[in-house]
Amino acid sequence: MIIKFGAPWVVLVALLALPDLALAERVFVSNEKDNTISVIDAEKLEVVETIQVGRRPRSMVLSTNGEWLFVAVGDDEAVDVIDLSTLEVIGSQSSGPDPEVIRVDPHRPYLYISNEDDNIVTVLDYERRSRVTVVPVGVEPEGLAISPDGKWIVNTTETSNMAHFIDLESFDVVHNVLVDARPRHAEFTKDGSEVWVSAEIGATVSVIDMDDFAIKETIHFDVRGVPRETVQAVGVELTSDGRYGFVALGPSNRVAVVDQQTYEVLDYILVGQRVWHLALNQDESRLFTTNGVSGDVTVIDVDSMRAVKSIPVGRFPWGVVVAP
Amino acid sequence: MRAVIRGALAGTFLLTMGGAVSLAWPTQVAGEEAAVMTVGYLGLAPPADRAPVSPLDQELDDEGVQGARLAIEDNNATGQFLGQEFVLVEEILPRDGEIAAGLQELIDQGADWIISGLPRDALLAVLDSAQGEGRVIFNARAPDNDLRGEHCRGNLFHTIPSRRMQADALAQFLAYKRWNRWALVHGRTDEDERLAAAFRESAQRFGARLTGEKQWPHTAMARRAEGGFHAIQREIPVFVQDLLEHDVLVIADETDYFGEYFPYQTRLPRPVAGTQGLTPVAWHRAHESWGGVQLHRRFERLVERSMTPRDFAAWVAVRSLGEAASRTNSVAEEDVLAYMLSEDFALAAYLGLPVSYRSWDQQLRQPILIAGPRMVVSVSPQEGFEHPRTPMDTLGHDEPESPCVL
Repeated sequence: MIIKFGAPWVVLVALLALPDLALAERVFVSNEKDNTISVIDAEKLEVVETIQVGRRPRSMVLSTNGEWLFVAVGDDEAVDVIDLSTLEVIGSQSSGPDPEVIRVDPHRPYLYISNEDDNIVTVLDYERRSRVTVVPVGVEPEGLAISPDGKWIVNTTETSNMAHFIDLESFDVVHNVLVDARPRHAEFTKDGSEVWVSAEIGATVSVIDMDDFAIKETIHFDVRGVPRETVQAVGVELTSDGRYGFVALGPSNRVAVVDQQTYEVLDYILVGQRVWHLALNQDESRLFTTNGVSGDVTVIDVDSMRAVKSIPVGRFPWGVVVAP
Repeated sequence: MRAVIRGALAGTFLLTMGGAVSLAWPTQVAGEEAAVMTVGYLGLAPPADRAPVSPLDQELDDEGVQGARLAIEDNNATGQFLGQEFVLVEEILPRDGEIAAGLQELIDQGADWIISGLPRDALLAVLDSAQGEGRVIFNARAPDNDLRGEHCRGNLFHTIPSRRMQADALAQFLAYKRWNRWALVHGRTDEDERLAAAFRESAQRFGARLTGEKQWPHTAMARRAEGGFHAIQREIPVFVQDLLEHDVLVIADETDYFGEYFPYQTRLPRPVAGTQGLTPVAWHRAHESWGGVQLHRRFERLVERSMTPRDFAAWVAVRSLGEAASRTNSVAEEDVLAYMLSEDFALAAYLGLPVSYRSWDQQLRQPILIAGPRMVVSVSPQEGFEHPRTPMDTLGHDEPESPCVL
């Protein structure tokens, strides 16, 4: 009797336990100075694995099929490919000089790369492992963002202070919008109606309306008791419900919480030193920040808008990606 | 000259964009006449009889102007999207050249703004000439405090740090290290005397004590004399032996004729700082933070040598004009000047903090690197030195103490 009933129980328990194990989110953090990727278990909030990659890893992006993580390794002039099931580097593709930010096309096997050194955006076909084209832009291309409908890619150029809008059909630069000094990052709203562009030295976020490619709002940041110059806007993350925008404010060690509808700054959350990039988890209950100087990741609880934990990672953590 | 430089620029642009690449630049302003800003660079040929002490240092005859050339390229990279064009005209005077005539030459070529690569006395002559009257001039070469003080004027901006800013930057770092007892050795030139005075002021401001001070009695030595270091090895310990106990030996040798001999030759095992050894500088080849690598790479691609502090100062001056022109969408003098002096002006200069101009003496406020010969050691202002406006204003003459009346 016992044995008869025991076996199904074991199966049942296994079934209940499995999804939990398989679905535990993982947070990938690129450590610019260590040439490693730290893998954090998003439930336990601790580093569970460290992956050795090429030199100077910065931007990362998940492949559309969800199987790989692409990592731009700047000093190797390449993009490393990590298999998400084995956490091993399974390949590397030449990227053009000094790749900084990379993004993946939602419909085609294309990888977009900002080549900081060459004033171009490179388009790679990662299935054929070939270069599709290069698009000339302004000086020091950095931030890249693809519109949700896959029609546009926005590229920010740090010295030209521009957001360049590239038509993804023709690969032509169609619009150029002057933003504040040293634009770093671009992020589309979920509905694709706006793109938010942060400016590091200007310490602002320009909200660009996709109907007329004009700046509809400039968000300013002012952290009480902190020197104005240390407030530098870098990473941006937007909740998909249209409620909040989060902006990493660099060496002021704060993340700003912005109302996505009114553009009002609601709060500043103290995090680690020189906060750089941000990522929300799948259900958007938690925000992860990379803190370059203190070498850790701060976990923010979105409900309470409080920092709940800091997790030591490698040296100079730069980018962060959450894999479901 | 003007036509030549335009042509050269266009060529560089094509290269930057890559030969095989489609050249379909989006021109929002197609058909419209671009608004042109012409910038003049006025330089002076280096003295023929002076060479760096170390054979590892290059002898340069194009220092400064190359920074201006790169900044014109950078400005045009943005300007082409905004219907603005930046043009550089250059005049490098021979040592005995007529300075006012050189300025007139630039004005005749359409220069509305002048970048000065001149030392103090030549710059003062320009400022006092009829041609210089009221014309906006960026001092990208002379570190003299009095140009920011009693000789300051409304049409003069400074993108090279003053001696006092550099001395303060070093003094803060030495204070951080608690190397509070300094011995000072300075050269025989007027520049060295002025720098020694700046070190004395900085020591006082940041709580250091000068335990001794000496003047290096010699003039420039024959650099390549056979066996030179044998003499130096015996000479320097004797020279410094009557200096009282100190933590650091500070050198003021701007013309670089003896300071380079001091590291490792001192009687006491003490670090050497100042113009040689550990130096406070506006720019350094080993500086790679805050995107600095990008500026090095662009410069080296253009010039095939590394960028010096004087190149950097000229670059900042021309970039300031470009930044103000793009923000105001104007190349008119009044618009550009008003913006440059406003609270909104914030230029990205690869130093971690935005740089801007001080209202009281029109000196660029900027972080200063503290660098050894091969690596950057630190950057000032140091943590803990506070200022009600910005920590950067702890470097150099602050508003209340500035003798400048604009």
